[in-house]
Amino acid sequence: MQTLILRTISPVLCAFMILYSVFITLRGHNDPGGGFIGGLIAASAFAIYGISHGVGAVRRAMYFHPMAIAGFGLFFGTLTGLLAYFTAEPFFTGKWAFPDVFGVTVALSTPMFFDIGVYFVVVGAITSIALALEEDHH
Amino acid sequence: MAAGKGEITVDVTQAWVMTPVQPMDWLIVAPIVLCLGAGGILLMFRKDVRQHVRITLGGLALVVVANGALLHRVVTDGPLVMTMGRWLPPFGITFNADILGVSFALVASIVALLGALYAISDVDDIERRYGFYPFLMMMMAGVMGSFLTGDIFNLYVWFEVLLISSFGLIVLGSTHRQLDGALRYAFLNLIATTIFLITTGYLYGVFGTLNMADIARKAAEHREAGPLLTIAALYFFAFGMKAAAFPVNAWLPASYHTPKVVVSAIFAGLLTKVGVYALLRVGFTLFPPERDVFAPAFAIAGALTMVLGALGALAQNDIRRMLAFLVVSGIGLMLAGIAMSGPLGIGGAVFYALHSMVAMTAVFLLAGLMQRRNGAAHLSDAGGLYASSPLLAALALVLIFAVAGLPPFSGLWPKVMLVKAGLDIGAWWLVATILLSAFLTTLALARLFLLAFWRPAPAGFAGQASPDSRSALAGVVGLTVPLVVFGVYPEPVVQLSVSAAEWLLNPQPYVNAVFPAAQP
Repeated sequence: MQTLILRTISPVLCAFMILYSVFITLRGHNDPGGGFIGGLIAASAFAIYGISHGVGAVRRAMYFHPMAIAGFGLFFGTLTGLLAYFTAEPFFTGKWAFPDVFGVTVALSTPMFFDIGVYFVVVGAITSIALALEEDHH
Repeated sequence: MAAGKGEITVDVTQAWVMTPVQPMDWLIVAPIVLCLGAGGILLMFRKDVRQHVRITLGGLALVVVANGALLHRVVTDGPLVMTMGRWLPPFGITFNADILGVSFALVASIVALLGALYAISDVDDIERRYGFYPFLMMMMAGVMGSFLTGDIFNLYVWFEVLLISSFGLIVLGSTHRQLDGALRYAFLNLIATTIFLITTGYLYGVFGTLNMADIARKAAEHREAGPLLTIAALYFFAFGMKAAAFPVNAWLPASYHTPKVVVSAIFAGLLTKVGVYALLRVGFTLFPPERDVFAPAFAIAGALTMVLGALGALAQNDIRRMLAFLVVSGIGLMLAGIAMSGPLGIGGAVFYALHSMVAMTAVFLLAGLMQRRNGAAHLSDAGGLYASSPLLAALALVLIFAVAGLPPFSGLWPKVMLVKAGLDIGAWWLVATILLSAFLTTLALARLFLLAFWRPAPAGFAGQASPDSRSALAGVVGLTVPLVVFGVYPEPVVQLSVSAAEWLLNPQPYVNAVFPAAQP
């Protein structure tokens, strides 16, 4: 869609959507949100960018192929479950760490990293589908 | 969670599994973790198709090793249980490995490994880039998960994983014919999975739990008021459709002859057996009295599946379509075993399922080798293979004997077990049907041998036989070896299947493994 308004606004809109998707993913442990919905938001950002600037521009902007991103998410998510092996607990047991970073307590946990894995799977898979559909329009 | 400082003490013994997990217990998730991890890596390096073969073969070899170790562990120490995320069952998702599940998983992973070996020369670079190997690994993750999980909703999830990956595999190539087959396959399988999902919702409404061991121990108290017969019937229908039992078998012969040879071979070996596994699990672990009620239905469906499958095979001209009908016919035998119950009946069904995974994959791959030799996908064009490749003819003869259940190969023994079980309970007509279907199967396969091997090559045959690829041949030979070995020396598998059956008939250890404190 080659309208001037969309072409002008879409890079800004996409940047904010991706930022927001990260926020939604990270707050997901205790509040509404999480990797799946965050991934969907990021994928819609890429879809909008694809509509305004063409699929090639999105592929260049993403650098990695969407399916490779999904593969990374899957691999990473699986890895987070393995951490419990070293503490003699079952697969996917949540491990927590609370390091102090500049006086702020940061809650790090394997569920969060698993969620990040889910985020990448969803971004990769949905963007891949969206780009394939957008390409077919030409 | 308290903020990590330990100011609030919470009694977690009511929520968590407190016993430390032994390192070897992790074997139960190893097959799935390996498949998922390898699948992820393959997707990450999707451009580098040369590495795909190595990663896949290495990953599947590790899966085979893990399953072998797991089987050894389960046979010596009893069912192995791990509940994900440390939450006490039934809240965490439990994996529960017993002999039935692990032996299916082991054979399935061996078949997949040898199939992947065949695939080296069957799948070209373009198809690799379209994701043959990632799909294969994800499908194997689904298959392994289905065999190892102890949670019925989780079983549904693994069904979906393997189904979606199998969609990817079946459309590889995207010819018109393939899309036609894929559509039938996808649509009818989705109906089965949807019924499975709806039934699971229904079951959750009645029981309030999805853990299979929990359902098994609570089934007695719900039997008076709950609609267990309905739930069991819906499950049997859904899994029967998955297993391609008559009258819901139409999807299988309609789709298995269109995809790549290696894809149809692995599908023929593994996917219907997942349905059979689910039937065994639901029929014997969860709802044994309901299974008793439906035993005549199983017997009739089994008999019809056997005979109509074999008759269908006799009528086919497309070689792989004929073999697909033989897959269906074999499912009938397993249903007959489920109908007969008892250690011998179920043991026979389990043995036949294990045998059928290997044998059906092997004959489909053989059909691929034959097609490479003379380019004929149909019996009417085939011929002259005996002269062109005596080795192939020898392999074909072994596999034909094995599939038809003739001595001295491994197809014989499960049939002997089933016939014995049938005679013990006086089910003469079922025994007669088993023998009739064996006869018809032999006829169908003899027709294949006669037309494709003994008959001289048709006049139009150009004789441009491509030499057999070594890896493809190794895959088929690798699958043939166990058929011969366990045909001559069936004792280990007979014992394994009979003890799998005994464990199924007495689900108490399976339940106790998950809920140790629950039993006085």
